[in-house]
Amino acid sequence: MPDYITHDHDVLIIGAGGAGLRAAIAASAAGVKVAVISKSLLGKAHTVMAEGGIAAAMGNVDDRDSWRVHFADTMRGGQYLNNWRMAELHAKEAPDCVHELEAWGAVFDRTKDGRILQRNFGGHRYPRLAHVGDRTGLEMIRTLQDHGIHLGLDVFMEHTIVTLLKDGNRIAGAFGYDRERGRFHLFRAKAVVLATGGIGRAYSITSNSWEYTGDGHSLAYHAGASLMDMEFVQFHPTGMIWPPSVRGILVTEGVRGEGGVLRNKNGERFMFKDIPPAYVNQTADSEEEGWRYTQGDKNARRPPELLTRDHVARGIRREVQEGRGSPHGGVFLDIAWIKERIPNAAEHIKKKLPSMYHQFKQLADIDITQVPMEVGPTTHYMMGGVQVDADSQMSDVPGLFAAGECAAGLHGANRLGGNSLSDLLVFGKRAGEYAAEYAKKNPQGAVNTAELASMEKWSLQPFGREGADNPYAVQHALQGMMQDLVGIVRLESEMLQALESIQQLAAKAERVGVGGHREYNSGWHTALDLHNLLTVSEIVTRAAIERKESRGAHFRDDFPNKSDEFATFNIVVKKSPGGEPQITRETIGPMRDDLKQIIQEMK
Amino acid sequence: MATATFRIFRGEKGQGRFQDYPAAVAEGMVVLDAVHQIQAEQAGDMAVRWNCKAGKCGSCSAEINGMPKLMCMTRLNTLPLDKPITVEPMHAFPHLKDLVTDVSWNYTVKQRIPKFQPRKPDAPDGSWRMAQEDVDRVQEFRKCIECFLCQDVCHVLRDHQMHDQFIGPRFLVYAAALEMHPLDTADRIPQLRQDFGIGLCNITKCCTKVCPENITITDNAIIPLKERVVDRFFDPLTRFFRMFGQKEA
Repeated sequence: MPDYITHDHDVLIIGAGGAGLRAAIAASAAGVKVAVISKSLLGKAHTVMAEGGIAAAMGNVDDRDSWRVHFADTMRGGQYLNNWRMAELHAKEAPDCVHELEAWGAVFDRTKDGRILQRNFGGHRYPRLAHVGDRTGLEMIRTLQDHGIHLGLDVFMEHTIVTLLKDGNRIAGAFGYDRERGRFHLFRAKAVVLATGGIGRAYSITSNSWEYTGDGHSLAYHAGASLMDMEFVQFHPTGMIWPPSVRGILVTEGVRGEGGVLRNKNGERFMFKDIPPAYVNQTADSEEEGWRYTQGDKNARRPPELLTRDHVARGIRREVQEGRGSPHGGVFLDIAWIKERIPNAAEHIKKKLPSMYHQFKQLADIDITQVPMEVGPTTHYMMGGVQVDADSQMSDVPGLFAAGECAAGLHGANRLGGNSLSDLLVFGKRAGEYAAEYAKKNPQGAVNTAELASMEKWSLQPFGREGADNPYAVQHALQGMMQDLVGIVRLESEMLQALESIQQLAAKAERVGVGGHREYNSGWHTALDLHNLLTVSEIVTRAAIERKESRGAHFRDDFPNKSDEFATFNIVVKKSPGGEPQITRETIGPMRDDLKQIIQEMK
Repeated sequence: MATATFRIFRGEKGQGRFQDYPAAVAEGMVVLDAVHQIQAEQAGDMAVRWNCKAGKCGSCSAEINGMPKLMCMTRLNTLPLDKPITVEPMHAFPHLKDLVTDVSWNYTVKQRIPKFQPRKPDAPDGSWRMAQEDVDRVQEFRKCIECFLCQDVCHVLRDHQMHDQFIGPRFLVYAAALEMHPLDTADRIPQLRQDFGIGLCNITKCCTKVCPENITITDNAIIPLKERVVDRFFDPLTRFFRMFGQKEA
């Protein structure tokens, strides 16, 4: 007999970061009963790590900005593989979402005339990121959390979902466990919103925490939903690289937005050497012009350090590979140099980038107001995810929605910095609204108890396996392998090797064992997360093999150029009836004429 | 490579003992790195909370050599490695397992504090105008990462266990952020006095000392709130006017 606790809700939201909380608030406002599953404590999700800001074309700093420019920037950054309808909705609705946060108590930095201040960021033509120093994500999640706790949401902290449940074709709920006691829980729901974030834990150098094991991607895939753009994994160009224990921790793009520059060991501003054709017209042609841009000169163009993340990450990698890197295998990011240009530079840096100052001072004994930082690329963000309808965020499984990082479409081949926080708000809200609407129109689906019994059995298998493999060791091996073979620069032969390795590790994952009992047992949780990590690793690899070109975040050493043929479709992966990943090339629908015209105008 | 000994509290619901684990020490390591190493290699079922590993989420609070700290921000080179380093859970909250405590009380306290209630938008575009200098102080309070180390070290909670009468420094900071928010219209002063126990704080400033975000909890948040309470309830002039039906200050 399966042993579990049953909960009944209209809408179940899996994930309590920005997207999940925004969805919960929206669903609750629509008058349905909402549950939120949080893998960690409330308010600790990866959204707190977002530093730079929320991209929204409010035009508070430069009134030439508008949703049209934001739309064009987003599409250009995504190399036109984006779902253009999502990019349109996002650009149009982001400003209202930011104002809504302010109405819920968020306190953004201000302009001189008292409006929300906006800063420059990579790939955005005008200063566009509403921010709070370099802790914007914390402000956002805390605002949503503090607003949400008064709405009567049922929040399940430190709970993890292991499978979605379906009644025939449509969603019926989810099944999981709580960390504290290790008890199983059945969440019956008419609609489910996935808002589980990314897959960063599939790589060894990452800015992501333990939670980001691709849960939503894997849950959706195994429930029969399609995943799209899974080859596009964003490596943020600037992660800390030294000392070893901090490797991967994010250094905000805001450092470059505030005037920070990248140099190789010879002191050269190497980003000037290679400016992609699509950005030549928008990029400064002298250091002087770049500096003026960061200081708000509307006639200046942005410095090449603020090119898109994919490009900057590869630029850094090239310098290191060709022997011009810093002592610990990165490059130098220098904000201290601005003391040559402005008075009280040290105070200015501490005010604009307080947590960066703090982070380097405390973790690396480096005072960033005095000396350059050493930085290198770190696994940061997953562009790919659940394929959803642009307006409603529903997947191809009826009643299953996805929003934020675990959904695909908005960012195409590469996400612009700042477009993630706005994505969470715009599409979290939409997903919550449409999920509530769906829940009102559809009855609760039936749950198959035999399925629950078998999931319970599967989940408990790691206990009591004699002489078994260590789940932490399997996770480490997978991370190292993905980093080496399916990282920033990819090669078909290496990726085929990766697939073999994934098979072997999957076999090992079936044999992992854990000691102790079910209560707050990190080893057990690691063992269960392996299933998701392996699923997404395989799909990323297969999609990356399929895309035989280089575009955005996906760079192939064996196909180093963009191909016109590959510009016309997204790669979609779905679980076949036989259980194998089935890959299709899905043609991108023709863009509406008015949107096409915007892109032409902004070229 | 050098090794150090970590003396970690293992057990459940307050029952348990310290157990010694050796860990290899590398340059730049923090306590959380050592705990992870031990967990991966020697104690797979050890319970520990963590998320960002960059001092931004406030999950990995613990007591290291008796001091409330974030494990992810405590570098080994700041500790004497010739002696065992003790790592134990926070003491002000019910123990669950190993390094993990039940911090749910904090979440229920927050829910009791009246939420942000903005005045009507007054700018032509339907939003508000606020000057940076008017939000600076509130922004300081909003840096809080909710690690609850201030709650852990507060003697009213830790030693006297007055969780039902006192909301603790974290939530006095939260209340201050709301009270001093330029847009907020709610009044929390009577509750601060009656329900939230602000009078129980006798400003020993232990909370300020342990705050990993360097929020000046006592001076900037608690003392101004205490002053507001005093002005409202104990100022003789105000009381005099109130007797004649004047509106409260």
